[in-house]
Amino acid sequence: MKKNWWKILAVVLLVFTVVAGMLSEVPRLAILNETIRNLYFHVPMWFGMILILLVSVVYSIKYLRNPTIKNDVIAYEAAKVGILFGVLGIVTGMEWAKFTWGEYWSNDPKQNASAIGLLIYFAYLVLRSSFNEQQQRARISAVYNIFAFAALIPLLFILPRLTDSLHPGNGGNPGFNSYDLDSRLRMVFYPAVLGWTLLGIWIVNVKSRLELIRQRLYETV
Amino acid sequence: MLFKEVLYLIQKDLVLEWRQKYAFNGMILYVSSTVFVCYLSFGLRSNVLTVPVWNAVLWIILLFTSVNAIAKSFMQENRGRLLYFYSIVSPQGVILAKIVYNALLMLILALICFVFYAFVLGNPVQDVPMFLLTIFLGAIGFSTSLTMISGIASKAANSSTLMAVLSFPVIVPMLLMLIKMSKNALDGLDRSTSLDELLTLLAINMIVITVSYILFPYLWRS
Repeated sequence: MKKNWWKILAVVLLVFTVVAGMLSEVPRLAILNETIRNLYFHVPMWFGMILILLVSVVYSIKYLRNPTIKNDVIAYEAAKVGILFGVLGIVTGMEWAKFTWGEYWSNDPKQNASAIGLLIYFAYLVLRSSFNEQQQRARISAVYNIFAFAALIPLLFILPRLTDSLHPGNGGNPGFNSYDLDSRLRMVFYPAVLGWTLLGIWIVNVKSRLELIRQRLYETV
Repeated sequence: MLFKEVLYLIQKDLVLEWRQKYAFNGMILYVSSTVFVCYLSFGLRSNVLTVPVWNAVLWIILLFTSVNAIAKSFMQENRGRLLYFYSIVSPQGVILAKIVYNALLMLILALICFVFYAFVLGNPVQDVPMFLLTIFLGAIGFSTSLTMISGIASKAANSSTLMAVLSFPVIVPMLLMLIKMSKNALDGLDRSTSLDELLTLLAINMIVITVSYILFPYLWRS
C-alpha cells in the first residue's frame, strides 16, 4: 500500500480531470469556445511524451554505463509508451485543429515537428527489430536512442520558435499564459498533466515488469 | 596525440579513395545523372521550374547524394581492417576522422552538383557567396549527422534500407534551416535575415558532433 500511493493518486487525478474538465466553468473565448476543454487532454499528452521519452533516454544512458537487461527493457517500453502518447497527442491535436483552424493538418511547424519526432521513434523500433542478438540490439539501439533524442530537442523546442505557428506562444501569438490561462483552467490543467504523466509511468512500470518476467520464463524453459 | 591520429586516419581514407577512385567517380556519375534526369523531366515544360521548386529539387538531390556517399563510410571497411584499427587507434579518432573526411567528400560533391545543376537548369541565385556558404554548411551538417547514422546502420543486417529510415527524420531539422537559408540567398535578401538559421545550424552541428564523439566508443566496441 505504501508503495502504491502514486497509482491511487494517478487514478484520482484522472477522474478529477475528466469530471472537472467536462463540467467546470471555462472562459468563453471566440473561436475556441468549448473546445478549450481539450487543453486538459491534448497538452498533457506532449508533457507526458517528453517526460517518458526522457525516462527512456536516461535508461539508455544507464544501459551504456551498466549493461543489464532491466535497463534495456525499461528504455524500450518507455519509448513505446512515449510513442503512444505522441500518437494520442497528434490525434487530439488534429481534432482540435479541425474545429479551430479549419483543417486537420494545416502545415503548422509544431504539427510537422511532432510528426517527424514520431518518425524518429518509429525508426528506433525498426532498428531494434533488425538485430537478432540481444546484447548488440540493446547497445546499438541505446546509442540511437540518445542520438535521436539530441536531434529531437532542436526540432521540438527551437525550430517552432523561429517560424510562424498557429500554436499559442509562437511567431507573435501570445501564449496561453498571458491572457487566458486563468485560475479556473490552471485548477484542472496542472492535475491533468500530473495525472496523465503518472498514468504513462504506470504503464511503463507494468509493461517492463511483464517483459522481465517473460524473459526470465524463457531462460528457465 | 588525438590530433595526429585523426590526421593519419584522414590521410589513409584519402589515399584509399585515390587508389580506388571508383567510389568517388561513381558518386560524380550519380550526381550528374540525377541532375540530368531532373533536367529531362522539367525540360518539356520549362515554366514549371519556379524558384522554390529549383531550390527544393537541389536540396533533395544533395540529400540523396550524401546518404548514398556516406552510407559507404563504414560498410566498405572489411572485418579484418576494423579489428586492426581497434587495436591501434582510439574510437574518438576514428569518428572525427570519418566526419572530416566525409565533410571534404560532401563539399566536393555538393560543389560539383551545384555547378552542374546551375549549368543545366539555369541559375536564379542572386546572392552567390551566401548560397555557397549555405551549401558549405549543408555539406558539413549532412556529413556530421550521417556519419554516426552510417556507423549505427552498418552494424545491422539490412543496412541500406535502415540508413534511409534512420537518417531522414534526424536530418529534417537541418534540411528545413538550409532550405530557408538558401531561399533567402536565392531571393537576394539582406544577409542579416539568415543569421538566425545560420546560428541554429551551427548549434545543431555542435550538438551532433559532441553526441557522436561521446557515443561512438560504445558503438565501436561491438
